[in-house]
Amino acid sequence: MAYSDKLLDHYENPRNVGSLNKDEGDIGTGLVGAPACGDVMKLQIKVDEDGIIEDAKFKTFGCGSAIASSSLVTEWVKGKTVDEASEIKNTHIAQELSLPPVKIHCSILAEDAIKAAIADYKSKKSSKSRAAE
Amino acid sequence: MRKYVYLDHNATTVTRPEAIQAAMSIFSSVGNPSSVHKPGREARKVMEQARTSIAELVNGSAEDVVFTSGGTEANNLALIGCGRTRRLVSAVEHSSVLNGGGEIIEVDENGVVDLDRLDEQLLFDDTPALVSVMLANNETGVIEPIKDIVNIAHRHGALVHCDAIQAAGKIPVDVIDLGFDLMSLSAHKIGGAAGSGALIAPGLGSETGCNLKGTLLGGGQERGYRVGTENLAGIAGFGAAANAALSGLSDFAKLAKLRDAIETAIKMIEPETVIFSEDVKRLPNTSCLTMPGTDGDTQVMAFDLAGIGVSAGSACSSGKAKTSDVLKAMNVSNENARSVVRVSLGWNSKASDVEVFVEAWRELNSRKSSRRFNLSAA
Amino acid sequence: MSMTKGNWSKDTPLYLDYQATTPMDPRVLEKMLPFFSERFGNPHSRTHQIGWDAESAVEVARAQVASLIGATHKEIIFTSGATESNNLALNGVGRFYKDKRNHIITCVTEHKCVLDTCRHLEQDGFEITYMPVQQNGLINLQELDAAITDNTLMVSIMAVNNEIGVIQPIKEIGALCRKKGAFFHTDAAQAVGKIPLDVDDMNIDLMSISGHKLYGPMGIGALYVRRRPRVRIVAMINGGGQERGMRSGTLPTPLCVGLGEACELSEREMGVETERLKMMRERFYTKINERLDEVFLNGDLEQRIPGNLNISFAYVEGEGLMMGVNDLAVSSGSACTSASLEPSYVLRALGVEEELAHTSLRIGFGRFTTQEEVDYAVEKIANEVTRLRAMSPLWEMAQEGIDIKSIEWADH
Repeated sequence: MAYSDKLLDHYENPRNVGSLNKDEGDIGTGLVGAPACGDVMKLQIKVDEDGIIEDAKFKTFGCGSAIASSSLVTEWVKGKTVDEASEIKNTHIAQELSLPPVKIHCSILAEDAIKAAIADYKSKKSSKSRAAE
Repeated sequence: MRKYVYLDHNATTVTRPEAIQAAMSIFSSVGNPSSVHKPGREARKVMEQARTSIAELVNGSAEDVVFTSGGTEANNLALIGCGRTRRLVSAVEHSSVLNGGGEIIEVDENGVVDLDRLDEQLLFDDTPALVSVMLANNETGVIEPIKDIVNIAHRHGALVHCDAIQAAGKIPVDVIDLGFDLMSLSAHKIGGAAGSGALIAPGLGSETGCNLKGTLLGGGQERGYRVGTENLAGIAGFGAAANAALSGLSDFAKLAKLRDAIETAIKMIEPETVIFSEDVKRLPNTSCLTMPGTDGDTQVMAFDLAGIGVSAGSACSSGKAKTSDVLKAMNVSNENARSVVRVSLGWNSKASDVEVFVEAWRELNSRKSSRRFNLSAA
Repeated sequence: MSMTKGNWSKDTPLYLDYQATTPMDPRVLEKMLPFFSERFGNPHSRTHQIGWDAESAVEVARAQVASLIGATHKEIIFTSGATESNNLALNGVGRFYKDKRNHIITCVTEHKCVLDTCRHLEQDGFEITYMPVQQNGLINLQELDAAITDNTLMVSIMAVNNEIGVIQPIKEIGALCRKKGAFFHTDAAQAVGKIPLDVDDMNIDLMSISGHKLYGPMGIGALYVRRRPRVRIVAMINGGGQERGMRSGTLPTPLCVGLGEACELSEREMGVETERLKMMRERFYTKINERLDEVFLNGDLEQRIPGNLNISFAYVEGEGLMMGVNDLAVSSGSACTSASLEPSYVLRALGVEEELAHTSLRIGFGRFTTQEEVDYAVEKIANEVTRLRAMSPLWEMAQEGIDIKSIEWADH
């Protein structure tokens, strides 16, 4: 198994590692995977008033491909609107990192993570607007 | 002292320097081809390169190559792993095929498979069968008509296994042209080291290939067709030997001149000498010939004392004093079969080796003549 | 701090995977070399001195193998490796005695080739008992005693486990087998040359040996088959009748010579080497525990070969860790199954939870491991574990006092 330079770069110098306060209203948190399966991704987005993702952070328990996939998506979602971010597909991630076939599931997990973070953000927002009404 | 003249290359040939070098580079490194770390991946790369080289030697593709511990295991794997219960084997096969049992396909006085007989055998029984015939015989060097055998067998829905252990590296072998379903190779017969061999199964793993099943279990190496940590150095040497053998094929063909020189000289010395399979297609390096009136065992001992290594038959029959099954199948008289030695030249044989052998032969034969003379005088 | 890598260079990773395969000892190679070139003969050629020379070298090697395990040379059959030896032992005995007894006992942590062969025998009408292991990886002798019946043909228990390095109570198992009249086969691929073994003292009837696990070459192994009282086996590879009919095929002279020499070296140096490796292992284990919390050893510490550690670094996934320490050649799970990267079945059998099984590394020390290398490896692993924990959501939760078991994880 030969890994691409991009993948190795994201693994060795992961971008946006860290955590945001998950209790804040403008933060969406996605936690996907399971320890027993060998992969857990936590991906968080911070969305500004215009619906643009101004910050993203991740933490990942998993193989190099899982770490690189999550690092890559945090880079990609920054500056995008929530709707644009939800367009990100696992195939894009797999292609960008040249993931070997046995590692495609890592890109799927990263896609799930971003979707879960957006869903969390949206549900927070709707409950907040309901509360405001 | 003169260097020992080795003329038993069909038993095992001198390891080629390329093969030694390839094996050495593995011995001085470390790595299990199944490990995922760098040494493991390097080991796998070496293995896959060798696989390609071996495929190229027989004009096959790398995916068709399954590495084994040698020719005998490859033959066993083909016979048992192909899943056919009915088996037909030629009467001149190597013991690793013959001892597995099966119906015998007869050969003519030259040791060539009787094609009509094979056709009949397959005609009257439609149990899915495997036909196993060697490409070239280890004792006589006879080349069997594999293409015809394949045509007949396939017409009757039978698979064909071809033991090409003695042929590969000596004559061109073309997987596609010959059309068989399984083929065995051995490293140490082409200038690699003993301990490595291969089964070639065209289309293995695809719908067109035969449905091979491994006989050893556990580990999953070689896609499960042959498990166990691979003999990496042996495989690397096998690959290098295959490359060298392929580029040396035209030189090997020239050995026929040396072989013919031996036979011509000996027939001049002793016109009664019988050379088996002389008039049919043979390997360029092999001569199976009699010294009338002198036992093969006596000959090999005398030659060894004279610093020449030849054999009285196949190395695997372990020197037991019995006549060769191959010659028996060819209906050779007991007397002729008893007085036979096999001379087999190799990639490093020289004209001077031939001279040494012919001289020793002349000397031994004349001792017999004088013995005979003395006896009749007495 | 500055870290030198001692006598290994940057482009060859530091090798700490001695249970997958061992580098060949240069002294072994030296003995083998002539048999590749001027002494190239076929050991079964009985008609000339080139063949006799090869044959006598093979017989010397056979005696060297026998000596290491207290056997006689006639009880050693050369094979292509331990996988073949294990297949031959189980199938060979099974097929010969099938009509007399058809129960075989083995253990859940055996090598794949033993387990797969047992499953195959099961389909052929054998009854197989798969013994569990205790938390330390060792089988329970009382349970084994209870499992052996009048119908038990053979007990096959490995001497040393390839993943966790634990040593099974071989002598006690041998005694139980002898008492009950069952054959005792042991896969000793990881044990031969590492711990003292004596087939008579331990009542072993069949023993599988591998060349490349004891500084010999790949592609060669042996099966010990007891002659008194005689154990009969049916051959799996037929042909020229070599190895007294039990295993046909031209013997690879250089490889046989290599295995023989490797055995002799091990026999001579085992004592010193054991002490040295114990020190290495202790140094590694102590230092790694000084550097890191939540480090768990898998398998018994005492009943263990000196060259093995199997450690779970909680909250850090093993494969990801391997990528970070890629100038170390270590293994996560057994080499034979690592292509699949499933959590190790051996660790699962010990009751190690799946999440911890995913965090394990096997670190193998051997003849050529230096103290400097051990220190480098500790630093490297400790740094990388620390880095990866900092980006592990599970570590974060643990620090916050969240029990990860309390979370409902999705299956995937």
